Amino acid sequence: MTAAVFFGCTFIAFGPAISLFLFTIARDPLRVIFLIAGAFFWLVSLLLASLVWFISVQISNKDSATQQKGLLIFGVVLSVLLQETFRFAYYKLLKKANEGLLTLSQEETMPISIRQLAYVSGLGFGFMSGAFSVVNILADSVGPGTVGIHGDSQHYFLSSAFMTLAIILLHMFWGVVFFDACEKQRWWAVAAVVISHLTVSCLTFQNPEYVGSLVPTYVILFLMGVWAFYSAGGSLRNLKLCITCKDRDFLLANHRPR
Amino acid sequence: MDLLSNKWIVNLLVCCLFIGVGCNSVEKKIYVHLNYTVPCVRLLNATHQIGCQSHLSGNVGVLHVLESEENVDWVLRSGPNPPYLVILESPLFTRSIMMKLKNASSRVAGVAVVAPSANPLEGVSPHTTCPNENTGVYTEKYDPSLAHCNVTVWNPLGSGLSYEQFDFPIFSLKDDNDTQVIRQCYMDHNRAVNGSSPQYPLCAMQLYSHMSAVTDTATCMRRNDINFSISPEMVCDPLGDYNVWASTRPINNTAKGHKMWESVVIAAARLDSRSFFFEVAPGAESGVSGFVTLLAAAHALRNPIQVAPPNRTILYTFFQGETFDYIGSSRMVYDMQNNQFAVDLDNVHSVLEIGQVGLRANSKLWLHSDPVSRKNNSVNAEVMKLIESLQSASAGLNVTVNETGFSQPLPPSSFQRFLRARPIPGVVIEDHQSAFTNRFYESMYDNAEYLNISYPPNLTPEEQLVSVTDTAMALTEVATMVARALYIQAGGAETQLKNINADRNIVTRMLYGFLVRSNNSWFQELIPSDLMSHLADRPTNFYVGVAQQSSEPTLLVKYLLANLTGSPTNISQDNCQNQREDEKDTESKHMYSYMWVQGASPPNSTKREGFCVRSTVRLSKALSPAFDLREYTSKDYSTWTESRWKSIKGRIFLVASHDLEMLTLGVGVAVLLASLLLTYIMSSKADILFSSGREPANATY
Repeated sequence: MTAAVFFGCTFIAFGPAISLFLFTIARDPLRVIFLIAGAFFWLVSLLLASLVWFISVQISNKDSATQQKGLLIFGVVLSVLLQETFRFAYYKLLKKANEGLLTLSQEETMPISIRQLAYVSGLGFGFMSGAFSVVNILADSVGPGTVGIHGDSQHYFLSSAFMTLAIILLHMFWGVVFFDACEKQRWWAVAAVVISHLTVSCLTFQNPEYVGSLVPTYVILFLMGVWAFYSAGGSLRNLKLCITCKDRDFLLANHRPR
Repeated sequence: MDLLSNKWIVNLLVCCLFIGVGCNSVEKKIYVHLNYTVPCVRLLNATHQIGCQSHLSGNVGVLHVLESEENVDWVLRSGPNPPYLVILESPLFTRSIMMKLKNASSRVAGVAVVAPSANPLEGVSPHTTCPNENTGVYTEKYDPSLAHCNVTVWNPLGSGLSYEQFDFPIFSLKDDNDTQVIRQCYMDHNRAVNGSSPQYPLCAMQLYSHMSAVTDTATCMRRNDINFSISPEMVCDPLGDYNVWASTRPINNTAKGHKMWESVVIAAARLDSRSFFFEVAPGAESGVSGFVTLLAAAHALRNPIQVAPPNRTILYTFFQGETFDYIGSSRMVYDMQNNQFAVDLDNVHSVLEIGQVGLRANSKLWLHSDPVSRKNNSVNAEVMKLIESLQSASAGLNVTVNETGFSQPLPPSSFQRFLRARPIPGVVIEDHQSAFTNRFYESMYDNAEYLNISYPPNLTPEEQLVSVTDTAMALTEVATMVARALYIQAGGAETQLKNINADRNIVTRMLYGFLVRSNNSWFQELIPSDLMSHLADRPTNFYVGVAQQSSEPTLLVKYLLANLTGSPTNISQDNCQNQREDEKDTESKHMYSYMWVQGASPPNSTKREGFCVRSTVRLSKALSPAFDLREYTSKDYSTWTESRWKSIKGRIFLVASHDLEMLTLGVGVAVLLASLLLTYIMSSKADILFSSGREPANATY
């Protein structure tokens, strides 16, 4: 019966990511390639972080609780910084690749814009980090047991799934904002991304007070979403147009060949 | 390395993002694994399967601690969350409750029995009332009036639970931390308050003991022979091991069959026992009391026989697998009949068997003999002589021997298998006149405590080893009597009798070694170094086990017998291990066996000084002839097999309510559908959404 929990949690955690992938990425091979590459960059950052973690745990005093806690905080911060470093590295690489693509390409425009790249790579980061954070939880959600024999909350699986959902979307938004900031050389925006990433990661230290970590995370998610929407070229006017279905006139007015 | 780093990555992420500071893996948050789990396993014979089994993926049930017999109704009918996994205190582990549970197996996922730390007051025996009913000598053909325990029911307390088939797993739990966790979990989550049904999440348990074999021995042996793959999948193995035997005079063991001019007196005892649960078979009274007595008697006879050898040879035999339809003795008789043993049945003069002798009321022992074969005058005369020699042997000892009523058949004993072959004179020594005095026959309570082997609380293991108990003294008397009787029976002079005395220190140490802990300094001295891993800090398990694995008591008895009857000889380790006296010697191995034992370490040294023991101790196969003859439905021989299994384990955890699970799934589906819809709309209107009028050139979404 606990297959229900497994599928429920999988749909919650990966539902938005999968639908984004299906409707915006799967049709374009170039986007798929950049998505995979983004996921790979995230993986490399994790590999480095875990290497450092592995070594530091080995040399640390395993019996000291405070040392282990300090080590954990250190690990989280290091991992976040490494992830953002690799996001920057990936941005640099994409810029180079884009120039290369432009020279090779027969057309005068780039086959993929830097904004699209930001979105695709952000989603790649999100996919991988979501997968790594939730896969072994999902494996154990198949049952037959549920969390709680040591007094933990039995909403563990549900809250883990919602946390993963937030992380995946946040990575996407961070990607968009980060790349846009790099394009425009607004370093304070890059710093804001790093700080919000750090904040979200450190919020999980609140667990198992799931309300304490989930609510602020979703607030940050909403704010980052709005920011990313604006950085990607969205505006309130567009949204209004979109909702009030005046797009047809708008399309005619702004029509141009792609 | 690959696996390790993967694990670390996953752990890191999980720790960093979800669990927070208390860095536990998810599995640890869900499950508590039980450390000490003793299952009941499936055994099969020609017609039946007995024991227990779980599903392939384990049986899951909501915990219910049964407090009284009336409480069983909650499990069987009224409880709202079936199936239940019933936790039983051992006093409730009775036939009536177990049968109720068995008949409601759709509502019962399994049973866990909490083993008590002290023995119960009333007698408990999960064995049948008539042990080895169909494979002894008393069949319809032999004497219809004696068949099926018509005259004497030997084990009246027997519930027959060990011979039932259960469709759910039954485990035994030690009364320790695990059990405490289970009780706490039950109290916190499952206890029904004021008759209302308990709220989710509920505490549940999962037990794995899936058995590969099914139906009966013929079926599983046939399946063993099916080779679908390169490595054949075995489903069951025959029960069996080795008998241990030794003779007072060397007998050529290479030349099998009849030996001219040889007349042997067989002194027999059984080595094995069982209980309801796998590998818990202390068998203190049913097995140990008898064979320890025989070992001590063999030791007592070593020197007198060298000084004044009697006419006949005494053959000490220790039969394995007797609990399961006389595996050991039936095999030895079969080998004797087919000239596969060092002597044959014509060489057998008489049999003296030592049964259960640990619990004597008023120091009385009873001599059982077979009324049917005694109708023959010559046999009767020999039996009378044997009884007389036993009575004269008991003179001056604190033992009185009495004959049982003439019409009473033999109790379950290996001697019955000899009688099945031919009328051989013989006597079985027991501590009971009719029904067993043993109240815990073939149960987990037939242990050191039952034999009153206890020590003052502040003794170290080494002090306990040499602390003489009353039981040891009583058994020493019995051993002395047995040794003297054997000496007379073998034709020795009565003048030697006063020199035959069993050593109480040896009996003490053997009782300690077999019933308390085999890992003691004395046993360590007497065995080769490669057997050290067989010694354990717990009582020896006397379950015979499958034929492929050597059983621990067989090896221990083999080396004990070699040390107690043989003599240390000055032979190098290499020659000793090659079964020869020196490099040119090729003959000695037919007569003697040589064992290199590790010996004691001298004071202020840690290196043991090994030596070579020359003895006549041999092992002979104790595998039922039914498996050699491939007669898996044999009515004459034991057909017991043990099923194979993959894993035996148990764990406890909480189960979530159905509603919460459905809620999770519902939310998941809703999130998925909503995001599909939203993304579709957004992607179809991306042009409008993400095109800013001010910078049309850059907006290329």
